[in-house]
Amino acid sequence: MNEILLRHREINNLDQLPIYRQNKGFETFKRAVTGMKPEEVTEIVKASGLRGRGGAGFPTGIKWSFMDKNNWPHYVVTNADESEPGTFKDREIMESNPFQFLEGVMLCAYAVGANAAYIYLRGEFWDLAAELDKHIEYLEREGLLGDKLFGSEYGLRLYTHLGAGAYICGEETALLESLEGKLGQPRLRPPFPPSFGLYGKPTVVNNVETLANVPLIVERGAAWYRGFGTEKSPGTKVFSLSGNVEKPGNYELPLGTTFRELIFTHGGGIPTGRKVKAIMPAGASSSLIVADDKALDTPMDYESVPSVGAQLGSASIIVIDDSVSMDWLINKTVHFFQHESCGKCTPCREGTYWMRHLTERIHQGGANWNDVILLNEVATNIKGKCLCALGDFATEAVTSSIARFKGDFEGKTQAAPVKMEAKVSS
Amino acid sequence: MNALQQRYGEEIERVLSKYPADQKRSAVMPLLYIAQREHGYVTREQLDQIAEILAISATDVASIVGFYTLYHDEPGGKYRIQVCDDLPCALRGADEFLNGLCQRLHVKPGETTPDGLVTVEAVMCLAACHRAPMFQVQSQERISYYEDQTVDNAMQLVESWRQVNGK
Amino acid sequence: MAEAIAPKTEQKLVTLTIDDRTVSVAPGTWVVDAAKQAGIDIPVFCYHPKMEPVGMCRMCLVEIGRPMVDRATGQPALNEDGTPKIQFGAKLETGCTIPVSEGLVVRGYTDKVKEERDQVLEFLLTSHPLDCPICDKGGECPLQNLTMHFGPGESRYIYDEKIRLDKHVPLGELIFLDRERCIQCARCTRFQTEVVDDPVIGFSERGRALEIVTFSEPGFDSYWSGNTTDICPVGALTTADFRFEARPWELKPVASICTHCPVNCNTTLNTRREAKAGGRQVVKRVMPRQNEWVNEIWICDKGRFAYHYTESSNRIVQPLLRKGGQLTPVGWDEALAAVADKVKKAGGKLVTVAGGRLSNEDYFNIKKLSEKAIGPALLYSQMAGGDLVAQVGLGAGSNLGDLGAGSAILVIASDLEEEAPLWWLRVRQAAERGATLIVANPRRTKLDRSAKYALRYDYGQEAAVLHAMLDSFSPKRPDHPESLRKLLRDDALKAAAQELSQVESLVVFYGSEGTDLAASQALANAAANLLIATGHVGKPNNGLVAIWDKGNAQGAWDLGLRPSENLAAQMEEAAVLYIVGADPASDDPALAAAVDGAQFVVVQELALTKTAQAADVVLPAQAFTEREGSYTSGERRVQRFYPAVPAIEGMRADFAITAQIATALGLNLEQRIGSLAFLQLAAANEAYKDLDFGKLAEVTEQWPIIGRADVYYGGTTYDNTQGLGVKLSSEADRGQSPVLSFAPLQEPAAKDGLVAVPVSRLYDRGNTILPSKLLSARLEAPQVILNPEDAESLGLEMGKPAKMTLNGVTSTVTVHIDNSLPKDAALIPRSLGLAISGPTPVKVAA
Ligand SMILES: Cc1cc2nc3c(=O)[nH]c(=O)nc-3n(C[C@H](O)[C@H](O)[C@H](O)COP(=O)(O)O)c2cc1C
Ligand code: SF4
Ligand code: FES
Repeated sequence: MNEILLRHREINNLDQLPIYRQNKGFETFKRAVTGMKPEEVTEIVKASGLRGRGGAGFPTGIKWSFMDKNNWPHYVVTNADESEPGTFKDREIMESNPFQFLEGVMLCAYAVGANAAYIYLRGEFWDLAAELDKHIEYLEREGLLGDKLFGSEYGLRLYTHLGAGAYICGEETALLESLEGKLGQPRLRPPFPPSFGLYGKPTVVNNVETLANVPLIVERGAAWYRGFGTEKSPGTKVFSLSGNVEKPGNYELPLGTTFRELIFTHGGGIPTGRKVKAIMPAGASSSLIVADDKALDTPMDYESVPSVGAQLGSASIIVIDDSVSMDWLINKTVHFFQHESCGKCTPCREGTYWMRHLTERIHQGGANWNDVILLNEVATNIKGKCLCALGDFATEAVTSSIARFKGDFEGKTQAAPVKMEAKVSS
Repeated sequence: MNALQQRYGEEIERVLSKYPADQKRSAVMPLLYIAQREHGYVTREQLDQIAEILAISATDVASIVGFYTLYHDEPGGKYRIQVCDDLPCALRGADEFLNGLCQRLHVKPGETTPDGLVTVEAVMCLAACHRAPMFQVQSQERISYYEDQTVDNAMQLVESWRQVNGK
Repeated sequence: MAEAIAPKTEQKLVTLTIDDRTVSVAPGTWVVDAAKQAGIDIPVFCYHPKMEPVGMCRMCLVEIGRPMVDRATGQPALNEDGTPKIQFGAKLETGCTIPVSEGLVVRGYTDKVKEERDQVLEFLLTSHPLDCPICDKGGECPLQNLTMHFGPGESRYIYDEKIRLDKHVPLGELIFLDRERCIQCARCTRFQTEVVDDPVIGFSERGRALEIVTFSEPGFDSYWSGNTTDICPVGALTTADFRFEARPWELKPVASICTHCPVNCNTTLNTRREAKAGGRQVVKRVMPRQNEWVNEIWICDKGRFAYHYTESSNRIVQPLLRKGGQLTPVGWDEALAAVADKVKKAGGKLVTVAGGRLSNEDYFNIKKLSEKAIGPALLYSQMAGGDLVAQVGLGAGSNLGDLGAGSAILVIASDLEEEAPLWWLRVRQAAERGATLIVANPRRTKLDRSAKYALRYDYGQEAAVLHAMLDSFSPKRPDHPESLRKLLRDDALKAAAQELSQVESLVVFYGSEGTDLAASQALANAAANLLIATGHVGKPNNGLVAIWDKGNAQGAWDLGLRPSENLAAQMEEAAVLYIVGADPASDDPALAAAVDGAQFVVVQELALTKTAQAADVVLPAQAFTEREGSYTSGERRVQRFYPAVPAIEGMRADFAITAQIATALGLNLEQRIGSLAFLQLAAANEAYKDLDFGKLAEVTEQWPIIGRADVYYGGTTYDNTQGLGVKLSSEADRGQSPVLSFAPLQEPAAKDGLVAVPVSRLYDRGNTILPSKLLSARLEAPQVILNPEDAESLGLEMGKPAKMTLNGVTSTVTVHIDNSLPKDAALIPRSLGLAISGPTPVKVAA
């Protein structure tokens, strides 16, 4: 536990620069700038098999290597928007292990030849941004940021940028639009950020946790990193555990750890007298997994979670016990997505609004079974029609809970349940 | 030199220096935060002032205010208590907390106390799900978190504000 | 005779299959456009062929299959039967965002596609009101039409849960927004940002709450706002002008030309019988008519909203003859007899002054009459150079839409958007396509935003600037005044000159900002020289364009009318002063005096203008909406306008009236129909040779195809079925090599104090715009524009009134401040009731 990302739990005051430096902090960055070619850094990250921790799980080193070499300047943008309900890992890393995170950003910038890197934080992280600004000034005073670093030709500056309350700005192209001072609405893709990103220039967008891995990967090598986790999902991951558990919080564990170990060994299990009913492994965007033994014994990695009908996503594990009824739950999630839809795509804009009316009515008990069928259809009709993934996200909990926890809805509707129609995907 | 520049000239320059010279528009969000310090919301005049500084249209600035939830185009309480009642927090009693707080303050979510001191709002996930019930306070100056809350310590906080504001 | 159809097809084409039809289109074409070219309509809402795709509305979902490649060999994978293996994606894709590629297979009407299209439509309709019966768009509404095609039968959406929003939000006085009808396609906001660079409307809020807002002063402050109502795919945006006025299907469409400026945008006049107008046919609205060589599918708001003058109440309906000091209604015979009598006795002293808004046929007859009477035929204008434009103007086959990389455009002495909005738009687009744009003007104008070089000079130096450019790459001439030497040291000017000397094609636009007739002549000369010296004449997409102050000034020049250096004197000396379609008495006290001084004054007009009131005979003319005729644009494209409403009893066409006067001198001119008058002028003018109204009426298919059948694609702009007109050739085209002619440059007079400088504004207070009440709030007030220091030193403040004394007349004006203005210049917009014909000393005080 706490091998890489949450090291601050093992090393006191790691959030102070001198302490961080005593623990080899920024030696890697210096070594890279003075002794390594940018491509070498990228190669190590590639070899480590590190995959994006923002949700999509895209191989990080490969993303870096996509940067268009014929179009300059290059930018690095850190996605610190952390807005997925149930996710609170990036915040702890930036609060308590800030320098390792910043060094990760700096190594990434060096690897892709960027002289400026922006850290886009959700507006609510106001205090945190102020702290990071202080750290960045400190690094400039210490000569770790600025022009001609360590006597080389390479220079780098870091800037924080505060969002202002919009989940969609976590989507990388919406984030870039927002950073450009426009509405946070996703762009068409392709072109992808590595060829057309911030200000139309090649840009790497990476999640906070992703980059926080980089310093130790470059310091200790790909092989060392692959010592953790599984073949296809190497390394450790910070699992944000929330909901009906005794000890909610962040847990850094190797990818491939089972749900059972996380929830019961580390999370202290379910409040006494209750039973675990369902799990949402990827926050509110997640399908609901029926928490049977098969599910509990499933390893939490990018390949295995789909086998129980969900995605690992940002590994924000929301635990739901048997006191919860799904009509209430999806009313919450749908409310969230309806509130956060940027409004660009018709199905998402209109569909989340429509679903919101239906879930509200169902939850209030004013609905009949046809409303449940309709809700399921509306959700199905949104799927696969939108520009960004939010539209799909909004439907996962809805369709999966109707399919997998039918009883919760039958109890809530007036008319006797008729045979549920096709479409419903289990 | 418009009012905003006169008042916050240096700070505005510092903000602008973060972005490429030909990409001033990027500064619209930070400038809106600066503007909001004045009254806790963005006024019509400030829209024009920011537009002037960034050489964009007032409509462009207004769009940004409308899109993002942390910008306000009308007055609210001096302190906005923004309680997360999203799924993970709700699983840990956020709804009860919100109701309790509203009862003690005699307001409904979205309303402001008669003395204009506090607005209570229900908001989406704030990345503090493990420390529910929790809320953030948006004041003219800043935004800060209050976690693992009970209605009682929340009320103590409100008391302390009443003290300093002589209400 | 009409030019070949765009889209450009030089590059090798890409071949793909759409619904079993094989199509070959230019690379980079979007699937929806390729389908359109193949005659297949894929429904779109957010996509518009004139804008970049955004893929928002999701209406254009289609199945897209791509040829598979064999991993091993890298060769195309084949089926047993040798046909290429096609892989279809699991999801449908938006046809508006997928560029064509070789071998692509598109399915636009499979069950899957239809089903998902239904679903998207159902989503749109959940929050769309069902008020088609009272919607202005009803009958020409894409959403309505598509719902008929695909839409779900009954609504599964509970009516009480339908979102309720404001239905009559004024975005300023011109455009109304119905928030319930808006489907958030962003066509309007993207048009304002991408196409016309006026981002004065935008989205506020997000998700379902997304709404169009404006924060400009006045609301929706743009000369282009009307176009958004054409491209809005629903009835969300409507013009205050047309709202609730009529139902589209009750309207009769008539092809016409916008006469306000030299662009001559193609329009369609929608007319209807009106009880209010005693059952007469009247113009209900002006719509753009597609002409990709002129205005594409757009028109400016002046063209759209300022049409009421033709039906304004003070039209003269009967000839007037001065009897006992009083203008008294008489019959045509009596009036014409009175005129004939004087004209016979005029003996070389018939002075004709014609405005720049008459038709070619009118000018031809006027010129013939003057020749016969051996009197001058004067064009009422302060601009020169129409003869040079005829020599080295835009070559035949030119299309501003073709200018891009490899070409350069020079715009000098003009605020182009104010003077010829559509040219501003097309020049801007050329710059975006990569053309080098050089804007030379003493102050900042909106066109600067698109310019590579924005050159500044002092008023009075416009010709010198062009000489300096010429001299910077051709042998110096010794006789340079110092002002020219100064300009020659300007690096930007030299760099700009270098570039324009080397490009493939060069177009020079010159305007009249700050010039009087003499300065205009010098400027036109210098511009022509620049083009000739750099070999940019006598070929397509090269040449000279004059930004005339009136819609058919070029026609007047082509047909022999010329402006006068000493107009007042010439008018005063006239035995018979024959004024046609001009109101000098209103413009300038000196000219008013001249009118009074003339022995006998005949005025031919629509309305009883100040000049008409001073006349001895007033002859009521038909408006262009009541007759046929032709115009020649600044690009020298000849185009027809058609009778839209029946002529009012008692009025006659200008060319006919002139012809009837000519009979007094035994001169026989065409007085029956315009088409015959045109045949005579064509026979007499080289450039118009072989033309007739039939040729002007020819059309070819244009891109984008914007038929009325699928309004959701191009919008409600009318397609062109009644004539693209004909681009005239220049003399250089016809092999007459033009010669450099250098008018000697004089040193600008040493400045002492403020000099009033005339500039032009779109929304002035001219006779053709004043009667349109809708625009009154936007018309410019009498004003003077100063640079900050001058204002400071005179103790003047922005927006405050000031006393201005000009040519002995003192008036109160509002002070405006422009920090890009040179010192000692006091800008005075023309046609605001302040008499100014050229730079004049002026006094301004608080
Ligand atoms: C609706 C939506 C919200 C997202 N929110 C976040 C977020 O809050 N933080 C984040 O790092 N990535 C988020 N993502 C993923 C980003 O789009 C992007 O994949 C990621 O930042 C890439 O970084 P990574 O490769 O390091 O994961 C979101 C994606 C979508 C579609
Ligand atoms: S799916 Fe929703 S959130 Fe994503 S772009 Fe479309 S409307 Fe915006
Ligand atoms: S998404 Fe293609 S037309 Fe709107």
